Amino acid sequence: MSVALRIEGLDVWFGDGRDRVDAVKEAGFEVATGESFGLVGESGSGKSTILRAITGLARDWSGLIEVEGKRIEGARRDRAFFKTVQMVFQDPYASLHPRHTVDQVLSETLSLHKLGDVDARVVRLLDDVGLGAKFRFRYPHQLSGGQRQRVAIARALAGEPDILLLDEPTSALDVSVQAEILNLLTDLRAEHGLTYLMVSHDLPVIGHMCDRLAVMKDGRIVEVMGVEALRRGEAREDYSRDLLAASVGA
Amino acid sequence: MTLLEVENLRVKFPTRQGVFEAVRGVSFSLGKERLGIVGESGSGKSMTGRAILRLIRPPGIVEADGIRLEGRNLLDLSETAMRKVRGQKISMVMQDPKFSLNPVMRVGDQIMEAYLLHNRSSKAEARRRAIEMLEAVSIRDPERVLRAYPHEVSGGMGQRIMIAMMLIPDPQILIADEPTSALDVSVQRQVLGIMDRLVKDRGMGLIFISHDLNLVSEFCDRVLIMYAGRVVETCAADKLHEATHPYTRGLLNSLPRLDEPRRHLEVLQRDPAWAEEGGA
Repeated sequence: MSVALRIEGLDVWFGDGRDRVDAVKEAGFEVATGESFGLVGESGSGKSTILRAITGLARDWSGLIEVEGKRIEGARRDRAFFKTVQMVFQDPYASLHPRHTVDQVLSETLSLHKLGDVDARVVRLLDDVGLGAKFRFRYPHQLSGGQRQRVAIARALAGEPDILLLDEPTSALDVSVQAEILNLLTDLRAEHGLTYLMVSHDLPVIGHMCDRLAVMKDGRIVEVMGVEALRRGEAREDYSRDLLAASVGA
Repeated sequence: MTLLEVENLRVKFPTRQGVFEAVRGVSFSLGKERLGIVGESGSGKSMTGRAILRLIRPPGIVEADGIRLEGRNLLDLSETAMRKVRGQKISMVMQDPKFSLNPVMRVGDQIMEAYLLHNRSSKAEARRRAIEMLEAVSIRDPERVLRAYPHEVSGGMGQRIMIAMMLIPDPQILIADEPTSALDVSVQRQVLGIMDRLVKDRGMGLIFISHDLNLVSEFCDRVLIMYAGRVVETCAADKLHEATHPYTRGLLNSLPRLDEPRRHLEVLQRDPAWAEEGGA
């Protein structure tokens, strides 16, 4: 099986000297092509920072990040990278431009990816995420939270990426809407053969969506486990066990 | 014993498209118990909590046949009298400590202010009480926290400071509006445990507003489930998983569960009848 994403000895930090904060320390894991991998942990544990380092949003890092066998350096990413990797952010209220219509959002993304046939593609993207063409000329404020997140997912899919980085994609949503979005993500992965790297603080959500997961604490990966072990409550490390207990209320 | 009686509460907002009713005829009574109010965004659960304290600003309109506290209808009170009720009789903890604490005032001064506003006493006494209260919410180094500014404390600590501040005037009723939603799961339990202990020790009534069904079923005695501004179902918290209303069932089933893996989560099919008045 080929490896979509390999991370080894990853350190990410913010600030210099006295103010330096080491957000991620010596993190390492591999995500196979077509796999769905979860990162769980409390706020400040560094899980989102890993995603931000991969996409170049966190500039100061060292270690190895390999995307589909290609090593990544620094904070600049080329167009080929963005055709391979896309990210969906937590807050659908903040991640869409308030004065751009859904059509503008998607068309702009398509032209950035240098894809032609914009008209048909926008319609197809909206269909893919279950919105339909009637949403095409709406502004974000005319959409609900769940609909906005669907637009954000459509935008991420526009360049036909292989890997989606999902940063708490449903934590700003109601549970009934969360169910819809998670179902959509499940279907999209099956249809497009996508690889997911998903960050969440919600263990049941990760358990539902992922094949394997890494538990993070204070910037370090404490444990990598399969979802079967998670379901059986078989965590090796004390910390993961506590997290599990707190999540299911046992 | 009933502490608070809410009868046919309505909250309305005039809009260009006509009057929008955020809360439509909610009635319940609260004793010395932990009452949970659950619902999704827009169900009117927060509006219910705010309306009790008359915190709905114009043009919002609060109407009710009665919001009775110790036999007095809160809706008849003057704004001055109402200010005495807030804090002293009924306190409220809001969702995010980042937005509820004054960022340019030391934590200690804020807690002491809450005490001095409702009690005639010296600053030294207020300080002593503030330290006691911070200890009661399991803050290890209260002297240091008193001197700190809100940005210097973590989210969990901020929320415990909020609870300390709300409980220092010794109210009979605490309204907690999503008090732990901004916190991590592990911290969540801790804060809830503290709140639970204080509410029990002081014989208070608690209204716990949340979107988290599991949390509410674990933490409360009784639960109201709200949908579109109405209470669609009331049940004992430990029986929440036997709830019968299709909306409650739908919410429960849409949650991913570690013990029941499945490919697709159940999607809630909303029935317009749930929102209709009189129907349930």
